Amino acid sequence: MAIHPPEQTIWWNERIERGELVWIGVAFLWGVIMFSMMVYWHIDGKQNLSNEAYRIDPGVFEQRTEEFTKKFTVREDKNTGYPVAKPPAGGDVYMLARLWEWWPMLELEKGQTYRLHLSSLDWQHGFSLQPTNINLQVHPGIMHVVTLTPTETGSFGVVCNEFCGLGHHQMVGRIYVVEAGKSQ
Amino acid sequence: MSVATAETGIIGGIAAKFRTCPATGLKIDLAAEKLIKANAVAAVVFLLIGGLFGLLVALTRWPAVHLLPSDWFYLVLTAHGLDVLLLWILFFEIAVLYFASAVLLSCRLATPRLAWLAFLLMIVGGLMTNVAVLQGESSVMFTSYVPMKAEPHFYLGLILFAVGALVGVMVFFGTLVIARDERTYEGSVPLVTFGAITAAIIAVFTIASGAIILIPTFLWSVGYISHIDTVMYKLIWWGMGHSSQQVNVAAHVAVWYAIIAITVGAKPLSEKVSRTAFFLYILFLQLASAHHLLVEPGLSAEWRIFNTSYALYLAVLGSLIHGMTVPGAIEAAQRKNGFNNGIFEWLRKAPWNNPAFAGMFLSLVMFGFLGGISGVVLGTEQINLILHNTIYVPGHFHATVVAGTTLAFMAITYLLLPLIFQRQVIWPKLAMIQPYLFGIGVAGISLFMMGAGTLGVSRRHWDITFSDATVTFDYPATAFLMMGLNGIFAIVASLGGILYILITVGTVFFGKKVDASNVVASLGPMPEKQVSGAVHEYGSAGTWHLPGTYILVSVFFLSFVLYYFVNWKYLSEVWPLS
Ligand code: HEM
Ligand SMILES: [Cu+2]
Ligand SMILES: [Cu+2]
Repeated sequence: MAIHPPEQTIWWNERIERGELVWIGVAFLWGVIMFSMMVYWHIDGKQNLSNEAYRIDPGVFEQRTEEFTKKFTVREDKNTGYPVAKPPAGGDVYMLARLWEWWPMLELEKGQTYRLHLSSLDWQHGFSLQPTNINLQVHPGIMHVVTLTPTETGSFGVVCNEFCGLGHHQMVGRIYVVEAGKSQ
Repeated sequence: MSVATAETGIIGGIAAKFRTCPATGLKIDLAAEKLIKANAVAAVVFLLIGGLFGLLVALTRWPAVHLLPSDWFYLVLTAHGLDVLLLWILFFEIAVLYFASAVLLSCRLATPRLAWLAFLLMIVGGLMTNVAVLQGESSVMFTSYVPMKAEPHFYLGLILFAVGALVGVMVFFGTLVIARDERTYEGSVPLVTFGAITAAIIAVFTIASGAIILIPTFLWSVGYISHIDTVMYKLIWWGMGHSSQQVNVAAHVAVWYAIIAITVGAKPLSEKVSRTAFFLYILFLQLASAHHLLVEPGLSAEWRIFNTSYALYLAVLGSLIHGMTVPGAIEAAQRKNGFNNGIFEWLRKAPWNNPAFAGMFLSLVMFGFLGGISGVVLGTEQINLILHNTIYVPGHFHATVVAGTTLAFMAITYLLLPLIFQRQVIWPKLAMIQPYLFGIGVAGISLFMMGAGTLGVSRRHWDITFSDATVTFDYPATAFLMMGLNGIFAIVASLGGILYILITVGTVFFGKKVDASNVVASLGPMPEKQVSGAVHEYGSAGTWHLPGTYILVSVFFLSFVLYYFVNWKYLSEVWPLS
């Protein structure tokens, strides 16, 4: 029994039954398949995490985001007063995280590809784009550049999903996606 | 030989007080016995506290109830994570380690004084961190990601606790050395002890990682260090946080083997295979910390794939092997017990009314189907993009560490009470339903949290209606339904948990004394041996035939493959990103 020493003292020489061997083989192969899926997705899949990231001083990131916002703001959001920045299709986009907001709001065009720059000014935050459901970790001092292509129009929430203190649940941002050539 | 009277004699060379267990014939060092009791009792107390915190959390996350105000919610959630994940689990594991060394090897425990010191450090550390959290300035979650800062005694408590646990692990190793030197057993150590050794080796790695990260963080919190890198913190923190989950897995798999040995007389199908599977945990676990950093900026894809899959899947292989050898050993033993008709008589006639067996089997099934599969899916590099930090994550680990580890520990308690505490379980009828009650509740909270997470609901979040936020977002109605169901099943799980605590505490204080005359009966209902139909020589020696196990494993495997690819499908539907 498992609570007693092995019955055969030389247990490491005993024969392994076929059934057990077959299962080990299947399980091992399954591991290989799962490994290959991740590699395959880098080659042929469309959803991969960007490796582009830079060390950046939070102050510098804030300044860049402010410049970006000043340049591209097209309106104030109706109920909240947040600036909504609409960058040219295919361009660089900035969004910063700080206690407790995502700033500014963005308006993007469906089917266009953008380079989204994300960083935090203080603690870690979680960029959770809903309902499409993309989740990225946002660190202070690191700027993550993610290439993103919206495929549907509508209003999308950016919920903070990394606990960031007492106002964590109030930290929501917004990305509008509109048909190419139109605006909200 | 009577149990009540202790004898002085020689265990392992040095005079020690021991008694002989009337059920197993093992010599039990009384010092070890006391320590096992103390650690188990501390564990149960923290389970009670932490479990109640868990209920409060779940009731707050039930949108229609929304029990606590936000600051209390984050405080209580921090305390919940600490008390159950660290304190309950680790105190119990120390008890398991002493049991698997001193008791199973009939050896005296090495340096009981140091073991008491370990216990004391763990208590002081655990209380200190709890106090820090309850004072309200350390609601940083048990992960305490920098640069969010807790009070210094939050970290200090954790460090003391970890040092205590490390000393306990060393006492375990010391006991192994004594047992071996003084030949208290013959041949190799039992499989259960081997599993415990696996857990202990990983624990050393775990605690070392903890020290490497918590000591600087403590110094940072008091102002001696100015900066801690946020990504590095996570990498090392999870070197502790994730590896300690492998400690749990190794420990609860060892517990499964112990329970099936005692309740149905199962022996390992193959010592070699089961031991190799444990060994895989040691070899391939350490890098799994990577799968907590799958959507972090600045780590290369190669690094992520290598560390999550190469290393992780071979550790997963270990679990997949146990997933077959454990039910296989039960089937073999039950067929030998005479339940040899058809494919599933062995399973139907298993001792389902024995809480130790029932708890163990539920733990096995839920750990595999719910916890294991969801864990691999969650840890797949790209799929993590759609699940990271959603409430899917707590859904997953309540299936592993609650349905798996906690339920297994509850199950073995029903054997430790008569064997170590020498008390008969009070309320055997209630004890019989306890694992089912707890199991159903935990299955519910795991599944519904996973469901809500798939819909994007955030973890550690006070209000998914965003009632006091400037900008808001509407989660789908199904998400609200799932969080409500989660609340309901949390109540069921809590009832199961409270019942467990009432039964164990009641038994320790009021249970009937166990002696040689009733010890076997005190272990709970056992399968009746039907010798007529019995098959001889299953297990380590001889050939076997296990159709039931093959079917169960095939069902498991198909679910795994299906669910895995369904999630790739989900992923392929989100916005392209690179
Ligand atoms: C009655 C039993 C339990 C209930 C109802 C329960 C419920 C919950 C809920 C609802 C959450 C919060 C999810 C969130 O908002 O992020 C949670 C978190 C957690 N639970 Fe439990 N739980 C129970 C038992 C346990 C046990 C026994 C363990 C460990 C062995 C455990 C470990 C954890 C951990 C580590 C967290 C994460 C805390 C964090 O995010 O910082 N729970 N639990
Ligand atoms: Cu945040
Ligand atoms: Cu947050």
